[in-house]
Amino acid sequence: MTERVRIAQLSCGPEYSGVQKEIAEAAGMVDAEVFFPDIMLDDVRRGFEEFGLDVRSPDLKLAIARAKALVEGRIDADAVFIATCFRCAEAAIVRNELRRYIHENSDLPVVSYSFTERTTAGTLLTRMEALTTIARRRALLAREEQEGITLGIDSGSSTTKAVVMKDNEIVGTGWLPTTEVLKSAAGVVDLALEEAGLRMTDIQAIGTTGYGRYLIGKQFDAQLVQEELTVNSKGAVYLADSQHGPATVIDIGGMDNKAISVQDGIPGTFTMGGICAGASGRFLEMTAKRLGIDITELGPLAMKGMGDRVPMNSYCIVFGTQSLVNALAEGSAREDVAAAACHSVAEQVFEQQLQEVDIKEPVIMVGGTSLIQGLVHAMGQLLQTEIVVPHHSQFIGAVGSALLASGYIREK
Amino acid sequence: MVKVFIYPATSLILSDMVARFGHEPIGSALGIRERIQTPGFESPPLQITPEEPKKGLKWAAVEVPSGVRGRMAIYGPLIEEAEAAIIIREADYAFGCMGCARTNELIQFQLRQSGIPLLDLEYPSSDEDGVAFVAAIREFLAGLGGEEGAA
Repeated sequence: MTERVRIAQLSCGPEYSGVQKEIAEAAGMVDAEVFFPDIMLDDVRRGFEEFGLDVRSPDLKLAIARAKALVEGRIDADAVFIATCFRCAEAAIVRNELRRYIHENSDLPVVSYSFTERTTAGTLLTRMEALTTIARRRALLAREEQEGITLGIDSGSSTTKAVVMKDNEIVGTGWLPTTEVLKSAAGVVDLALEEAGLRMTDIQAIGTTGYGRYLIGKQFDAQLVQEELTVNSKGAVYLADSQHGPATVIDIGGMDNKAISVQDGIPGTFTMGGICAGASGRFLEMTAKRLGIDITELGPLAMKGMGDRVPMNSYCIVFGTQSLVNALAEGSAREDVAAAACHSVAEQVFEQQLQEVDIKEPVIMVGGTSLIQGLVHAMGQLLQTEIVVPHHSQFIGAVGSALLASGYIREK
Repeated sequence: MVKVFIYPATSLILSDMVARFGHEPIGSALGIRERIQTPGFESPPLQITPEEPKKGLKWAAVEVPSGVRGRMAIYGPLIEEAEAAIIIREADYAFGCMGCARTNELIQFQLRQSGIPLLDLEYPSSDEDGVAFVAAIREFLAGLGGEEGAA
């Protein structure tokens, strides 16, 4: 039996928001435990004075002192979870600075989260799973080459993808909209096998990821069932040939977004999820539908337009759609509306999520939305950098799963 | 005997002083005791559920962080019940329920707005200040009426 992963909690407010139980439950679901690092009162005084951030909240002072104790090695932990109330400006500053401080001064994986009273264990599960995976499976994540014949399946909220890999090459791919989770998975596996010219019996190991990972993992008897944060970072640096040194992975998904700071293929800090679907691929799907075009046509159309001609910057998908409808009703060009939608999503991801990870080049965009040229262009403009979109970027989760699953071939 | 809200509400010394001078201290112990002794809840460590931030809407709007509203669900009813209050400004560390600076500001504001007799003191930093501090509290509590205890 594997040892329980010990996750140090640095927080202000979850007990009083009634979500401490949810945090503990999410950790328990991945065989981890959260604990509050014990320190002396003098450590608190010394801790936050040395850190230099003179906050008013005593609990935030305590969090700072606990972070110092972790970095100085006075407390044993495998990972760090930073949690503060959503909407608290003082806590947001502390959360961000502590995340950066721990990331730069230790090799502890760290994730930060701002909660409301509606936060549930299910919301936190993927984050906790990623923390424990990084702590527990460093050796697996260090894998740089795919071996044998493996299958990776990514059951996402919008689309299901499968990839067959053979001797470090992608030999088959499959892509379908997610309808019935198992049916979509079976469909993409068939497509990938057909393209590869292989049969299911040829597959030596299977890895699954995405929202439906547990269900399809069970159905296909997968050796590796893993959340998309670690899988996608691994897949991204593999495809972009950036397995060594720093990298930043951005995955704007159908339902939520991931921004991951990676070092040597291993995620250090990451954020997941925006405030609303206004900052997700779903908004771009709606835009394409409203413009009467296929989602694949949105990117090229956006490249022809000028986004700043249409005011569109809303956190909410409903208000975002309202801006879109208004702009079209006022006679705006479709190209400009498409560009504005891409810019709006990129800007919100930039404002909400990328502030919580350290952007280091190369910046790799992955997932289906990375094929939307206008979105990649808008992100590049905001970050003032060249964005890398590797070949097969839309299959990132499936590629990462197939790559990591090859670590289980010998165990089969 | 008068119900005296103490701030910091976690202060055992202040609670003890109020009780010694014959009054009833109202602080964290009361608000939290009710929750941790309630059987049937499974929301450790404080048995506070997501319902508390909703109850806290009475004292703080929905734009306010949930931790503030959850804390106000503990303190709001106590403040409404209080007949007098003592506020110690710049007290040394007060963690736990007093861990949120924004809640602490709101609690002090609510107390000042309530119109109840209020003693507002700086935390003492020397022996001399300490003596004057205790004397001020004693004088305030004596002025509230009721019987003086075994001070």
